[in-house]
Amino acid sequence: MPELPDRTTELGGETVGNTRCENPFMVARDVNVYYGDNHAIQNVSLEIGKKQVIALIGPSGCGKSTFLRCLNRMNDTIETARVTGRITLDGKDIYRKEQDPVALRARVGMVFQKPNPFPKSIYDNVAYGPRIHGLAADRAELDGIVHTSLERAGLLKEVKDRLDEPGTSLSGGQQQRLCIARTIAVNPEVILMDEPCSALDPIATARIEDLMDELCEDYAIVIVTHSMQQAARVSKRVAYFHLGLLVEVDETDKIFTNPQHKLTEDYITGRIG
Amino acid sequence: MDKGLTTRQKVEAGLARRRRKEYTFRALGALATAVGVIFLAVFFASLIGNGASAFQQTFMLLDVELKEDVLAPGGELDLQYADFDGLVRSALRDVVPGVSDRSERRALYRLVSTGAGYQLRDLVVADPSLVGTTQTVWVPAASNVDMLVKGNIDRNLDESLRPLSDKQIGWVDVLDQQGRLESRFNRALFTNGDSRDPELAGIKGAVMGSFYMLLVTVALSFPIGVAAAIYLEEFAPKSRLSDLIEVNINNLAAVPSIVFGLLGLAVFINWMALPRSAPLVGGLVLTLLTLPVIIIASRAAIKAVPPSIREAALGLGASQMQVVFHHVLPLALPGMLTGTIIGMSRALGESAPLLMIGMVAFIVDVPGSFSDPATALPVQVYLWADSPERAFAERTSAAIIVLLGFLLLMNLTAVILRKRMERKW
Repeated sequence: MPELPDRTTELGGETVGNTRCENPFMVARDVNVYYGDNHAIQNVSLEIGKKQVIALIGPSGCGKSTFLRCLNRMNDTIETARVTGRITLDGKDIYRKEQDPVALRARVGMVFQKPNPFPKSIYDNVAYGPRIHGLAADRAELDGIVHTSLERAGLLKEVKDRLDEPGTSLSGGQQQRLCIARTIAVNPEVILMDEPCSALDPIATARIEDLMDELCEDYAIVIVTHSMQQAARVSKRVAYFHLGLLVEVDETDKIFTNPQHKLTEDYITGRIG
Repeated sequence: MDKGLTTRQKVEAGLARRRRKEYTFRALGALATAVGVIFLAVFFASLIGNGASAFQQTFMLLDVELKEDVLAPGGELDLQYADFDGLVRSALRDVVPGVSDRSERRALYRLVSTGAGYQLRDLVVADPSLVGTTQTVWVPAASNVDMLVKGNIDRNLDESLRPLSDKQIGWVDVLDQQGRLESRFNRALFTNGDSRDPELAGIKGAVMGSFYMLLVTVALSFPIGVAAAIYLEEFAPKSRLSDLIEVNINNLAAVPSIVFGLLGLAVFINWMALPRSAPLVGGLVLTLLTLPVIIIASRAAIKAVPPSIREAALGLGASQMQVVFHHVLPLALPGMLTGTIIGMSRALGESAPLLMIGMVAFIVDVPGSFSDPATALPVQVYLWADSPERAFAERTSAAIIVLLGFLLLMNLTAVILRKRMERKW
């Protein structure tokens, strides 16, 4: 490893810090995303490890959500979006021709910024994924999946007597935990979270953060967040994006105590909003 | 602006002007609404004022002797030659004495509807044992008698300008004094097809024609419209071609309906050789007419489904098809149904294209299938409005009232359906 320049200020150079990790599960190499003529992400390379949380931070419009949506090919739904470079999951390119995005999204689940339960019952919300993928042979098995998923999402106690009530009748925090339960019901390998707590109050946020701590024992979790405290609390590694560039990646402690790049420092000290 | 003024003073200076603007705008809005309401009230008042009387019809009480030698000359009931009209006439002669002259008699006979004979015939067919007895029956009076009773014929007018002569009016008065004239509910209006005699004319033929037509229309336009909307909105690649299709669909919704009638005439009748005047062809033409409306409404309903629901399903690994059928369609269905019902009510009120495909014919029989000659309610209104008899005027209004009733019912269904099926998210 070459000696890194101290507090570099240049933008557009190599990502500083360490984009590599032990045990990488998803690997992005030189990823570029274009929305029409807009070059939204430039040459991003990043490794995402198993059983750990990596937080993507950066000012609004820096491309962190765009990068996140590349990881399960949600950008496919945007007609003008074009992705180049290479992203692999367990060694296989997810943008290769034979890769069915449907199959990919069963392995890489996603939790969205705004809780978005289906306007169906709580049970049906959680059972939807297993149903479409045919994960349960019979009703009893499906019941089992729904219960375990709700339990792991820390929601079972609150809803077990009203599984047939609409998911939209829950509070915001409960809805978000329902969405997490719905995601883990499919038993994915990676969970992408796009600012999962930005619409929640501090108590609900704390619950979700606890949940992430538990879930990262089994899943690789990538979380986009605007809250540096949250990134500091839940993540093992942090990636700082700025204007479509991945500026710095490192262990969370290192980023927050000794950032290598001037921009990272400005951001975490509150000089860039 | 004076530099010495504070922000507060500047705000207060402009406040009066802002209030005045708001007040003027409100007043204008209220005025516009009032004008609309007044027009509507005048429309309904005139319609009901003209049409309400059509639901009543003057009937005449006659003691008809069902003579055996007329009805069953050989001992057997012979309906083919039985002269029921003659029986009615002699009953009428018995009631109004002193009419001997042949031309006077004919004038007298004109007071009773030609439907009286058919009514007697139905009576005898239902119960042949009545032959030989004398039956007291209420038979429909001629429409001119009805008009006189309802006050629609001016007695003070010169005799030559009236449809009824002085003598006839005298006879009507005699009948009235004997208590033989009575205003009763006009059942014929709802159970009969069209007729040249206003007192026998009904809207059942037109209602059934409209019914069969709408059945064809809804069966075709709803599935085709929804399928097209889903394809265009969810699956079709956005390209110049899809833009072109979109513009054309919007244009089609504004094409004058008579053009669709001409198209139907050329394609369905001339080229495909489907029967003329048939509800089937009418339904096909109205399908063309309502399709753009349904497609536009359905696309709007699909667009209104929040993208977060789509993303949630896609993120779980649902295929595009599963996203559409599990999530988008259930949420968009109320809007689609509303659009369809509004399209249907437009189709129900449409007359111009039907004129082109021969549904404007005078048809007495009530249609029993999709290929029977038929007419439709709005066309019936047009036909009756075109008829010279005074009694058709009130029937025209009555038919419009019935048509509006159906429209109201359909729009109400649309509102209720939407309220019922609307789901919160």
